[in-house]
Amino acid sequence: MAATRTKKPKAPDWPGDIFRTLKDAGVAQVSYVPDAGHSQLIKSCLADNHIKTTRLTTEEEGVALSLGAWLGGERSALLMQSSGVGNCINMLSVIVETRSPLLMLVTMRGEWGEFNPWQIPMGQSTQKTLEDAGMIVYHVDRAEEVGETVYAASQVAFNSYRGVAVLIGQRIVGFKDWRK
Amino acid sequence: MAAKKITLQRRDVVARLLKDRGDALLITGLGSTTWDAAAAGDHPNNFYLWGGMGGAAAIGLGLARAQPDRRVIVLTGDGEMLMGIGSLATIAVAAPANLALCVIDNQHYGETGMQETHTGHGVDLAGMAAAAGFRRTETVWTKKDMGAVLPTLYEAPGPVFAAIKVTTDPVPMVLPMRDGTAIRARFRESLLGERALD
Repeated sequence: MAATRTKKPKAPDWPGDIFRTLKDAGVAQVSYVPDAGHSQLIKSCLADNHIKTTRLTTEEEGVALSLGAWLGGERSALLMQSSGVGNCINMLSVIVETRSPLLMLVTMRGEWGEFNPWQIPMGQSTQKTLEDAGMIVYHVDRAEEVGETVYAASQVAFNSYRGVAVLIGQRIVGFKDWRK
Repeated sequence: MAAKKITLQRRDVVARLLKDRGDALLITGLGSTTWDAAAAGDHPNNFYLWGGMGGAAAIGLGLARAQPDRRVIVLTGDGEMLMGIGSLATIAVAAPANLALCVIDNQHYGETGMQETHTGHGVDLAGMAAAAGFRRTETVWTKKDMGAVLPTLYEAPGPVFAAIKVTTDPVPMVLPMRDGTAIRARFRESLLGERALD
């Protein structure tokens, strides 16, 4: 029994859960600015023949691209790190004003255990900023809840035609511990 | 090098561009190009931006990828294009064969007091698009060039880019519908039919 007690529980495959959720939700386009937290999900999307991926130079392009995809009848998702949220604010107005879906999946920096002080300002204002800009925001801090949270967000985005951001907590994504 | 003389009138240019549009889908950048498209005649396949400066080209990209069998034309101004200049790189890499960007370039910010933009100070938007990897790029200065640019915008394999130099002569204000939700709903219904209501 000792062996089973010391055995580490299997870590939830939350990027895999997101990928399967996006497929279930019928997402046809995924755009992204790279982030370490999203690296596995980006690889999965790039490897999928039915998802059109777009690499962006800045996150606001992805907001605009999502509107264009919706105008053309396709569902999309936009991946970024929390620092990219600040780059999106004015462009979010086109989502709100046209009442179009937007599914933003944001990996957090500047919160749980952050070592880089320069990440703190945007990380601490990410949720407030998004809410002020008219987005609906879900914050998730447990890996096993990521999949269902993204699914719920996709329903609100695509069935209720709203901008929704899922903030994936730094507690899930992990942080560099500089004592090690 | 002496600056070339600009003689083309924006409303003539846009009317000519849209005269034989067929079933092309049109995104217009906020400000003057939205008014220009309205002046050329309202159309359900027009998506007019009244905001989101810098987003027209990327909206066109998302639409072009969703509708690969339809030509997508983005009609915008030089200031709007400059604000979203990174999207030239994004579009070139995505390489949609059905997307055309057309910048109506009067070298000024027309809606905010006619301050000069970068394009009157040496910045060559078509050159930037070419360097990004657009398959064909043109800068149009004359009526003669206008005839040649039409097949580029409507038929050449994309992504293609044209900057059309126009004067700053004042034109009458013509405003299209402005409720974003109504513009989105009309556009989708025209393009998607019943599927727009899903």
